[in-house]
Amino acid sequence: MEELINKLKGEIIEQLNLEDVKKEDIDNDAPLFGEGLGLDSIDALELIVLLEKNYGIKVANPADGKKIFQSIRTMAQYIQDNKK
Amino acid sequence: MSATNYISAFCRISSGKVNVNHSIMFADENEESSAAFIKSVYKHYQINYPKFYKMDKLCQLAFVTSELLLKDNKITEKYSKEDIAIVVSNSNSSLEIDTEHQKTISDKENYFPSPANFVYTLPNILIGEIAIRNLIKGENTFFIFDKFDAQFTADYVNSLLNSGKAESCIAGWVDYYEGSYDGFLYTVEKTPGVLGIEHTTEQLNNLYK
Amino acid sequence: MKSEIFIIADNIISPLGFTSEENFQHLKKMETGIKSVSGRSLSAEPVCAAVINDDKITSEFDKLNIKDQYTRLEKLFILSIADTLKQAPAVKANSSKTLIILSSTKGNIDLLGSANNNGFDKKRLTLWETGNVITKHFGNPNKALIVSNACISGVLAMIIGKRLLEQGVYENIIVSGGDILTHFVVSGFQSFKAVSNEVCKPYDASRDGISLGEACGTVILTNNSALRSPDSILIKGGASSNDANHISGPSRTGDGLSLAIEKTLHEANLKPSEIDFISGHGTATPYNDEMESQALTASELQNVPMNSLKSYFGHTLGAAGIIESIAGIHSIKNNTLIGTYNFKELGVTKPINIIKETKTQKLNNCLKTAAGFGGCNAAILFSKN
Repeated sequence: MEELINKLKGEIIEQLNLEDVKKEDIDNDAPLFGEGLGLDSIDALELIVLLEKNYGIKVANPADGKKIFQSIRTMAQYIQDNKK
Repeated sequence: MSATNYISAFCRISSGKVNVNHSIMFADENEESSAAFIKSVYKHYQINYPKFYKMDKLCQLAFVTSELLLKDNKITEKYSKEDIAIVVSNSNSSLEIDTEHQKTISDKENYFPSPANFVYTLPNILIGEIAIRNLIKGENTFFIFDKFDAQFTADYVNSLLNSGKAESCIAGWVDYYEGSYDGFLYTVEKTPGVLGIEHTTEQLNNLYK
Repeated sequence: MKSEIFIIADNIISPLGFTSEENFQHLKKMETGIKSVSGRSLSAEPVCAAVINDDKITSEFDKLNIKDQYTRLEKLFILSIADTLKQAPAVKANSSKTLIILSSTKGNIDLLGSANNNGFDKKRLTLWETGNVITKHFGNPNKALIVSNACISGVLAMIIGKRLLEQGVYENIIVSGGDILTHFVVSGFQSFKAVSNEVCKPYDASRDGISLGEACGTVILTNNSALRSPDSILIKGGASSNDANHISGPSRTGDGLSLAIEKTLHEANLKPSEIDFISGHGTATPYNDEMESQALTASELQNVPMNSLKSYFGHTLGAAGIIESIAGIHSIKNNTLIGTYNFKELGVTKPINIIKETKTQKLNNCLKTAAGFGGCNAAILFSKN
């Protein structure tokens, strides 16, 4: 799990062009949206692309993103549970 | 019959140089790429706006040009936000990022269109980025010309001010395609401001050479 | 004293027909141009969209007996403009007093996805070159003015046409808006998860996204009162604004759209109570339609009958503002309110007055609104002569 979280942080920084953000800046349990990283609705859609591209997981309903992308940990958990 | 309006300030970013009101503020001719140059301007001026990195190159250029234009020329504090217009044009629309988007959908085996790219496949998004940053809410229009049309721009922007549709305007030309870039934005006001150049076709042509 | 600006000819090309009249007949009967499309390389999966039949474009274009090669979009522009010129023979396309304004978001973007730009020169990808091609075809000596401002392009192009005519440099302005449906556009909106699986449902409680479409529409505007007829429609005002909120999400409060509406009514010298109906933007995304309900309520227009034509034409981007305005103009002329296809139950928080079924009613003043990516909004006001 920790390994996946670490990998995911790198992927998110790359996919979302978070140029000034380092892996260690991202708290595993802090909310991804709103405060913190300051992600927005387009970022949420980009994270859906990331899940599909890097992990082959399709999120059909973007509303599901809210739950999946609560924090890095919930996202990693979702990947672990749904990865093919 | 028409009142005189003034170019109160301008910023031009092109050929590895940043020119604000006739002063070369920053130049780096060794930068290997245009995108890197625009980024180095952003870093040089310590502009802190993380969204910058999410923008496509056209918007990055427009954003940095507008930041340096408005840095010491705070029209947003002088006028109501509803009375500031933004009128910008270019030649290549959003063709740079259009090409990127097309690449992501051309290969059926590797089909991952990016919403973060797609949203930039409209040239007026750069007006949106400037508006969001400065909370500007007035008239906004994006035109496409083969090259900067000083006469149309001067006439149209003057008519906006003279008819009371705007009190001030950010106008100009922002083009980015295949590594060549040209950002030229200026402010128009009814008072002379820093530069006090009359906003006419002739003066605009002198300024944009 | 500003001269009055009016519309003396119009054309809509859409899946519902190649003239305004044909289109309006279908709207009156509440027949949609949207259907499930597969195998036109728009999308891997079938997609609900309003697509113009290729053979129909070819057969209509062949009637013009033109030798030069034109792209799909250019053919639509030429057909649409030619139809309006036929209605207004006094307007000379080759006069220096006539200007052509084109509104488009993506121009010939289909060339980008084709091998070798479909045999066209690379500069054909630029909208200014499309402008050159169109002015050359009609022998117009002026450089075409190109407006590319997302989904408000069409409304904005007409507003700019009005302003230029008021300055008196031109006598007649041909404003044509067009966009074609491509894999480029469909894939992008799909990546936004913004495309409904069914025909879109504007303002409805169960709305779940847009339907895309392609169309072209043209109006001829004039300041020459000699060309005015009892049938001419006046443009009394128009304005654009920005939400300054987010590049792809509309303002939650609708303040940007409200500002454009209020500036428009001010210019037109009309009170909200004098507006007979509103042709809304109504894309059928949850956020857009909600934003409109907020904006209209803030502008005291919540009781005015309103429709969206997106469930007939789909969202036609750079054409939308023009074809939906033309439909509004024909509503005024025919005293007929068009019902909103697929609208059943109001699904926005403010109680706006959506027209369900087509009905006749005396109409004088129509407000057309639009909103788009980049936070832009626009409004324009049409009145009976």
